[in-house]
Amino acid sequence: MAPILTAQKVTKRFGGLVAVNSVDFEIPEKSIVSIIGPNGAGKTTFFNCITGFGRCDEGEIIFQGTPIHRLRADQIANLGIARTYQNIRLFADMTALENILVGQHHFLNSPWFSAVLGTPRVRKEEKNALAEAQRLLNFVGLKGQGDMLARNLPYGAQRRLEIARALASRPQLLLLDEPSAGMNPRESEDLTAFIRRLRDQLGITILLIEHHMRVVMGISESVTVLDYGEKIAEGTPAQIQSNPRVIEAYLGRGAATEGMASSHERHTNKSKSNQG
Amino acid sequence: MQKENFLWWSAVKAGLLGGVIAIFICLIGMAEVFSKRDVIEKVITLGQFVLLATIVGMGFIASRRTSGILGQNRPLHNLSSGLIAGLVTGLMLALFVLIGLQVNLRAVFLNATTPLYNILTFGKGAGNIWLLPVIGAVGGLSGAAFLLLPDVYRRPLTRGLIFVIFMAFFSGLFRVVMINQGPGMSAAAKSLFGQTGLTMGGALLFFFGIVALSMLWNYMGKGIQTRISGLPKRGQISLRVMAAILILYITLMLPSVSGAFISQVIVTVALFILMGLGLNITLGFAGLLDLGFVAFYAIGAYTVGLLTSYGPFGLQHVSFWVAVPIAVLVAMMSGAVLGLPVLGVRGDYLAIATLGFGEIVRLLAGSDFLAPYFGGPQGIIGIQKPCLGILGPFVRVDVPRVCNGIELGTPQTIYFVAIASALLIAFVAWRLRESRLGRAWMAIREDEDVAEALGVNLIQTKLLAYMLGAAFAGLGGAIFATLIGSIFATSMQLLVSINVVALIVVGGMGSIPGVIVGAIALIGLPELLREVSEFRFLIYGVTLIAMMLAKPEGLWPSQATKRELHHADAENVTAETLV
Repeated sequence: MAPILTAQKVTKRFGGLVAVNSVDFEIPEKSIVSIIGPNGAGKTTFFNCITGFGRCDEGEIIFQGTPIHRLRADQIANLGIARTYQNIRLFADMTALENILVGQHHFLNSPWFSAVLGTPRVRKEEKNALAEAQRLLNFVGLKGQGDMLARNLPYGAQRRLEIARALASRPQLLLLDEPSAGMNPRESEDLTAFIRRLRDQLGITILLIEHHMRVVMGISESVTVLDYGEKIAEGTPAQIQSNPRVIEAYLGRGAATEGMASSHERHTNKSKSNQG
Repeated sequence: MQKENFLWWSAVKAGLLGGVIAIFICLIGMAEVFSKRDVIEKVITLGQFVLLATIVGMGFIASRRTSGILGQNRPLHNLSSGLIAGLVTGLMLALFVLIGLQVNLRAVFLNATTPLYNILTFGKGAGNIWLLPVIGAVGGLSGAAFLLLPDVYRRPLTRGLIFVIFMAFFSGLFRVVMINQGPGMSAAAKSLFGQTGLTMGGALLFFFGIVALSMLWNYMGKGIQTRISGLPKRGQISLRVMAAILILYITLMLPSVSGAFISQVIVTVALFILMGLGLNITLGFAGLLDLGFVAFYAIGAYTVGLLTSYGPFGLQHVSFWVAVPIAVLVAMMSGAVLGLPVLGVRGDYLAIATLGFGEIVRLLAGSDFLAPYFGGPQGIIGIQKPCLGILGPFVRVDVPRVCNGIELGTPQTIYFVAIASALLIAFVAWRLRESRLGRAWMAIREDEDVAEALGVNLIQTKLLAYMLGAAFAGLGGAIFATLIGSIFATSMQLLVSINVVALIVVGGMGSIPGVIVGAIALIGLPELLREVSEFRFLIYGVTLIAMMLAKPEGLWPSQATKRELHHADAENVTAETLV
């Protein structure tokens, strides 16, 4: 299958620290691909490069034939890439429904003054948007909770609402950043099924960062391993499980380099909070 | 034992604090100035009332603290701590008077005058000084007792008291308005309102009237509400239509009934509502703090001035109705001009940058450099009044164009322009909030980066927030210019911007009715209380702090904020019960 997204020699630096170092990467269309790696390996930074959250310093990223590494985040979103966040970032003081409606932002294109005048076109558009938002709510299993403030939803529902919001922008590529974080085994199983449903029913290509190996190995068609910003392995789940470099990255250097790894992590976090 | 000591100390502390506040009120001259006004004629002056309120309030606080330490159901402890607090406050005041009568404090405190001591000793000098601790004790006790009252009685009593104070403040106003209505009303007015405050009869009537109404509502309110909601849809609609007609009637009649002064105050409030609605878009919806908001007001005013003035600086002499849309457009453009350079600036930095913008506009407008265009310190005078009809031709400088029709020259007539504009803009703001753009603004307020990653164009959306906000303020400025008939750069102070921010915060961030309530509370009431204007900002500041402590979501919060803060409360409660 042709790749939907190609990344070539993507590099991102924070000061002297190379968070992502010359990573080549491809996602075949309609596949489910995972990125794994120890804490601070540069996974989220790589996500940020793709979605325009922080532009990469070198290399290029091509999405369906369009170079996107110099575009703004909203332009990238309009091309059909949506994402969720490691620490849930909903619009906390808006209702669940409003969150999803914001996701549909770029499909609604009547100008503001026609909204003031309340033209029939605007009304129709709003009505359709609301119906679509309701449908998405039902799709992620939040039926009847549309009027709740996002902050008041339970944790699991917030995760699902975030996915619904991403789906509202009708993406071809969906990036999920640790979707199963904080879930029990039962919930992550449901999530696995849900992600598969997204691909099979809606035809969305999915790229996820994940720590739960059970989830990763269960649904990924291909797994990429990052460590210290570099790609150290790529292959099917079975290949990755038996790859000696991966095993070393996860287990081998544990105690000896923990201090280094955590300072690495701190740095990545810092850059994130600067954006936020 | 430990607890008992603690209790004592906390009551004494409340008393000391009360004493400090009371002496402060005396030394800044507030007690003396306020004594010229009465709450109830010949019974209690406003100055005495403020001091008494301090004492009673401290008794109340001490009593509440006791409940906090010991729990409920210890009425004796409550009462005694209230008594102690009030007594200490009274003693401190007495001590202050004693010292003041011996030592001349005037060298340092200008307001420590003989009249002040006369007020504090009820005109009888040192012999009467024992009264102060006694009043303190009684006041503190009654404050403490007030806390012990069950809610059913406390609420009506509070409402009654607040209403009486409110009526006392505006008694002069009501008196004048009612006397103008004819002999019958005039007699009623004279029996209710005196020259400087309420009459005894009026105060009693208002107090017991409100208490009775409030109690009645306690018993019957729920029944009435259910009966109204139980009505068929038709009945509800006709009720609503009736209410709307009533409000419309009052709105239309108000200026002719109340006269020029009140009309002018209402127009001022309406202008601040316009500015508030504008800033509510940039700050309340999109979360972009703008401390230079008066700039757009100034730009709207100057545009109308330059376009319509028959004075020396008038560029054109078009009619008001032509000038206003242009002024709104110009303000909108200037919103973009401000917005572009500060697009990437966030939070505190944005506040400072916009602050600078406001000052630049004011300084430029008043500068000698641009005086040939904007009149510099002399301002622009001779702004043509709006005319419903055909304007005559422009003759020469300093001669207004003749209006063949109705000229809206007085506050009573401009009132209609201002009210109509405020209503229109409130409607526009409401439509915008419900639209795609409104949601994008709120998304930016909540999390800019995520909004962008969902396809919201930050540049466009933020610029629109600045531009529309500026347009609303520009409209306000345009009406202001015609109301006053002249504009001076000195009236475009930073304080105006701060007022607008304050009224939004007090009313409730992001809430459209909140803007209206905030403007009435922060602009309308102080305008009506010109007599106490010396202390306007002190009262203002105290009110703001009290508001932020007691009701941070504002007087009329938007639904979302209300829920949010209530949710936070609920969380705290669960956290406490878990501990």
